[in-house]
Amino acid sequence: MGECACNTGTKLLYSCSGNADVGEIADRAARKLRKEGYSHGSCIAGIGAGISGYIQSAKGADVNITIDGCSVACSRKILENIGIVPVSYIVTEMGFKKGSSPATPEAIETVCENIRKGNSATVKEKTFAAADGGCGCGGKC
Amino acid sequence: MYKIEILGTGCAKCNKLEETARKASEEMGIEYEVVKVKEINKIMEYGVMITPALVVNGEVKVAGKVPSIEEVKKMIGGK
Repeated sequence: MGECACNTGTKLLYSCSGNADVGEIADRAARKLRKEGYSHGSCIAGIGAGISGYIQSAKGADVNITIDGCSVACSRKILENIGIVPVSYIVTEMGFKKGSSPATPEAIETVCENIRKGNSATVKEKTFAAADGGCGCGGKC
Repeated sequence: MYKIEILGTGCAKCNKLEETARKASEEMGIEYEVVKVKEINKIMEYGVMITPALVVNGEVKVAGKVPSIEEVKKMIGGK
């Protein structure tokens, strides 16, 4: 964090904030990747809250990456709401089923490895945020 | 009085942003003060993840790049 833009290729990483198991996998994978130095962490809630520092950091980054737990893709949509199309990864598109995928070290590593290899199935998919700004998942994602 | 803050640890881009902000303020003829914020924890309090960043009256206007003088004028002017 606090990356100087004199270094090129700044990557910011955001994860799902949901309470479901796939959300936990997304969150812990993001923390692991950040600790490895794959990217810098940021805060998707800060962007959703309209905090100018988080928003401008996202706009100034060379690459923004989201890891969402499920296909509702709240993190990706929050970035799209401010005009940014991130590289998007979704845990349930990596073979994990919502509600029956504990956040084991193996599961977290599988997600991390997919991201390290750039195995994103959803990056080119165009999505539109819900009109009310909510994801409609009832806290499950 | 406009409070202009330059967030960054003192690299070349930070210095360039400060210079640009000063020129823009002078050309606008506004009353202003420039504060340099170099302490990383203080920078993080703004939610800024990449530097340099320009803050005008408490609002982060840009981060991670150095805009042109004309762009900075618009940022200071609130546009």
